[in-house]
Amino acid sequence: MSKGKLIFIGLGLYDEKDISLKGLEEIKHCDRVFAEFYTAKLVGTNLDKIEKIIGKKITVLSREETEKGDKILNSGEKENVAFLTCGDSMTATTHVDLRMRAIKLGVETRVIHGSSIVTAVSGLLGLQNYKFGRTTTLAYPEGDYFPTSPYEVIRDNKKIGLHTLVLLDIQADKNRYMTANDGINLLLQMGEKTKKNILNKDSIICVVARAGSDKPLVVAGTIKDLIGRDFGSPLHTIVVPGRLHFMEVEALEILAQLPAQQGKKIQKL
Amino acid sequence: MGRKEDNIAKAKDLMDKLNRIRNIGIAAHIDHGKTTFSDNLLAGCGMMSEELAGKQLVLDYEGQEQDRGITINTASASMVHTFEGKDYLINLLDTPGHVDFGGDVTRAMRAVDGCIVLVCAVEGAMPQTETVIRQAIREKVKPVLFINKVDRLINELKVTPEEMQQRFIKIISKYNDLLSKIVPEELKDKWAVKVEEGTVAFGSAYYNWAISASYMKKTGLSFKDIFEYCKNNDQKTLAKKSPIHEVVLDMVIYHLPSPAEAQKYRIPHIWRGDRESNLGKSMIECKENGPLALMVTKIIIDPHAGEIAIGRMYSGKIERGQEVYVIGMPNKNRVQQVNVMVAIDRIPVEYVSAGNIVAVTGIKDAIAGSTVTDDPEAEPFERIVHVSEPVVTVAVEAKSMKDLPKLIEVLRSISKADPSIQVSINQETGENLVSGMGELHLEITEYRIRNDHKLDIVCSEPIVVYRESIAKKSPQKFEGKSPNKHNRFYITVEPLPGNIVKALHDNEIPQNVKKYKNEAMKTLQELGLSKEEAKGVFAVHGMNMFADMTKGIQYLFETRELLKEAFVEVMKSGPTANEPCQGIFVKLVDAKLHEDAIHRGPAQVIPAARNAIYGSMTISEPTLLEPMQKVFISTPQELMGDASRELNQRRAEVKDMITEGDSINIDSKAPIAEMFGFASAIRSATGGRVLWNTENLGFEPIPKHLQDEVVKQIRERKGLKPEPNPASHYMD
Ligand SMILES: Nc1nc2c(ncn2[C@@H]2O[C@H](COP(=O)(O)OP(=O)(O)OP(=O)(O)O)[C@@H](O)[C@H]2O)c(=O)[nH]1
Ligand SMILES: [Mg+2]
Repeated sequence: MSKGKLIFIGLGLYDEKDISLKGLEEIKHCDRVFAEFYTAKLVGTNLDKIEKIIGKKITVLSREETEKGDKILNSGEKENVAFLTCGDSMTATTHVDLRMRAIKLGVETRVIHGSSIVTAVSGLLGLQNYKFGRTTTLAYPEGDYFPTSPYEVIRDNKKIGLHTLVLLDIQADKNRYMTANDGINLLLQMGEKTKKNILNKDSIICVVARAGSDKPLVVAGTIKDLIGRDFGSPLHTIVVPGRLHFMEVEALEILAQLPAQQGKKIQKL
Repeated sequence: MGRKEDNIAKAKDLMDKLNRIRNIGIAAHIDHGKTTFSDNLLAGCGMMSEELAGKQLVLDYEGQEQDRGITINTASASMVHTFEGKDYLINLLDTPGHVDFGGDVTRAMRAVDGCIVLVCAVEGAMPQTETVIRQAIREKVKPVLFINKVDRLINELKVTPEEMQQRFIKIISKYNDLLSKIVPEELKDKWAVKVEEGTVAFGSAYYNWAISASYMKKTGLSFKDIFEYCKNNDQKTLAKKSPIHEVVLDMVIYHLPSPAEAQKYRIPHIWRGDRESNLGKSMIECKENGPLALMVTKIIIDPHAGEIAIGRMYSGKIERGQEVYVIGMPNKNRVQQVNVMVAIDRIPVEYVSAGNIVAVTGIKDAIAGSTVTDDPEAEPFERIVHVSEPVVTVAVEAKSMKDLPKLIEVLRSISKADPSIQVSINQETGENLVSGMGELHLEITEYRIRNDHKLDIVCSEPIVVYRESIAKKSPQKFEGKSPNKHNRFYITVEPLPGNIVKALHDNEIPQNVKKYKNEAMKTLQELGLSKEEAKGVFAVHGMNMFADMTKGIQYLFETRELLKEAFVEVMKSGPTANEPCQGIFVKLVDAKLHEDAIHRGPAQVIPAARNAIYGSMTISEPTLLEPMQKVFISTPQELMGDASRELNQRRAEVKDMITEGDSINIDSKAPIAEMFGFASAIRSATGGRVLWNTENLGFEPIPKHLQDEVVKQIRERKGLKPEPNPASHYMD
């Protein structure tokens, strides 16, 4: 058994104050604090503010460094290490991998949870969390590389009446965050490319922007109505609803300004 | 009107009379007299002073050509000739003979429909003779034969009339032998040359006379008469009675095809698009009122006009001010000047139509090999297949640091004008490598940088370029992991069979396998691949292929483009010495992918696949290939020992030795790496009495015992650690 300890701490959704008290306490006992901000970003804060609140310097790791993991694992073998991530740590598979590698090295690990976009989005929209199917993420196309599998995920979920949480690409190194508008456009392009008409201009779609902030934006409506709308600064998330329960329709009307007419239309289907 | 103005008017008038045009190339072994011959045809047609013709070599206009007495650049010229009462426009391209400039010959063949192969009566058919025939046939260009320097046979070798005839017969049958080895079955008989049909002519380019069976009939002259005139030192009279341009141009007009005739069978051969499409039909019918299709075959940099694109119009018209597309480039180009060549002058015209050779300015994105059209989506012409690739490299540095930006600009411009030069500019190390076809090619390029571009440079000693390959099939599949560990690719590699490597080199398998899936599959199966393998091939790069052998792996198709990128990266720079790869068949045999596309993007898939390919090559006996050269030596008997000694010191392998009269012809093969400085060595060893020439032969494995040392040298030169990475390096 090595001497060190590796604690994964979720920072939550939006700013430096989303960290749990438990997380904050734990950091106090750590010799070293790492963080990565490429899988997501706390848009309501910055490194300075986080360092101030935790009272320690943070070493920010790039994607390569995080995936390689040697820096964290090496110090984890010797000392107490906190690894800060946005949201809830273990939603990112890379962090699961890191934790398993640490355990194999004999390093003790712990997870301190943070709030996650997965529950925040369904909560804000008033959609039932158990009715979500597989989550998918839209990637920025690059040249000839244009994955269309997210469209299939939505199709498969829809087939059995489930909602789909559609996360949007974050390229923190290029300061590039996909907007919901880009995302909707990509979904329509996937429809054209795969010639499968799952979504069209009249389909209902939901957008959540800046979840976790004081004023998150939460809307639902047809693609036609939303595609040109300005949703404000990042991060944005899309939900493609599956079969909606009447309670869910009502929630979308009250929480996400779904026009009553469209709500009625859904009820009839 | 002077004769020149008269010719210009006639040429313009003939431009759109398709059956009155002939586009021809002049090609031969070095020094067999192409430029002298071309000059005299021009002079005979009144395109330049007869006094200068053949002595001044106006088609060798560049300083280096005049100084060295060899042709470096293909030159174009045209002339008007009257045959059976009708005027014809002959567009002629005089090509270089030195092997180092063979790329120019190949490109010229794309622009013409027929060619005259010259063979020196004294030397006979030489290695380059075979090469130029091959180059012509590859482009479906019909060749006829001219036996040159007949005067030397009579006056220097002092042969008897019978011996002369014997020599002719020997040359003709050798020529037909070479041709029949190469030419497609259906053309074998049609394109074989026959004296009685008039597809062979004999003469002296220097003394300006020639003779053919048809012309003998017309004038009543016989071989015997010719012999006498030469013997009696009266070739002037002979030139009056049987002038070279009459004899040769009559032969050209009668036996070589017009553009309208030739495009019918040449288009399907040089263009893979749909023959029933508008563009396809228009090219096959050589229509002037059709979509634009111009094939650029040469860029010349003119001190006044700037970059001039020379090429062949296969369809439509090109006009001043027109907006055109260079296929593969994003922006439109505006045509500035449109010229035709009359004699060696560029004459501006309003437009030039299908079937002609044109010189255009303003198409700034064009390089030799570009297709220019009015539709950006049009199918481009086939890649021009070269006999040889650059094999020799020098590192070039600016003498003064401040000239570095200028050096880079000059190198770019040089490689645009001479596509056989490959330039690799390394911004990081500041090392600029210039690769060419041989020592002479690089020497001339250095000269141009120093003198034409007035830039002081320092050049390293020449070195050869290498290729990487593998000796055996990988013993097991190799796993490559993505950095996030969620994606795994399993790869095997194996040597590609020789016939497929050759087919790839000859462009018989479309590089764009995606677009021509069915055609590629069919060809690959004919070449011996199983149906599964052929079906799996989804990327081709150089002489390497990548096949997906997996079945039913979900989402795999989404990573295809990324796998392709990784493949291309490895094929450009192999694991052993960062040299390009050749003859490798990469197979994807299994893959494990993350469900969510975001976790298998470029940053994950490319390194995973790259490592898997590198790793599997590393466990499959990586080999280094070196460029080889055919070395052909003709030595007097008594110097045989000295000549062989020179060869023996250079790892040369003698393939054949034939005694001919007093001399011995040695046919051998040697690595180019050992051939540097051979010119001066053999000259001093034999007092300059040995004739020799070389021809590039492609790449072969370097002897095993030398490989490690050579690899180490290359790696150190490139600033890499001396040993290649072990397979374990590619496992994580
Ligand atoms: N006696 C004699 N000499 C000739 C004849 N034709 C060419 N020559 C000479 O042969 C030499 C080479 O002639 P070129 O016309 O430069 O040959 P080339 O084939 O164009 O040479 P490259 O372009 O460098 O391959 C020159 O010295 C010519 O004067 C000929 O018919 N008789
Ligand atoms: Mg010449």
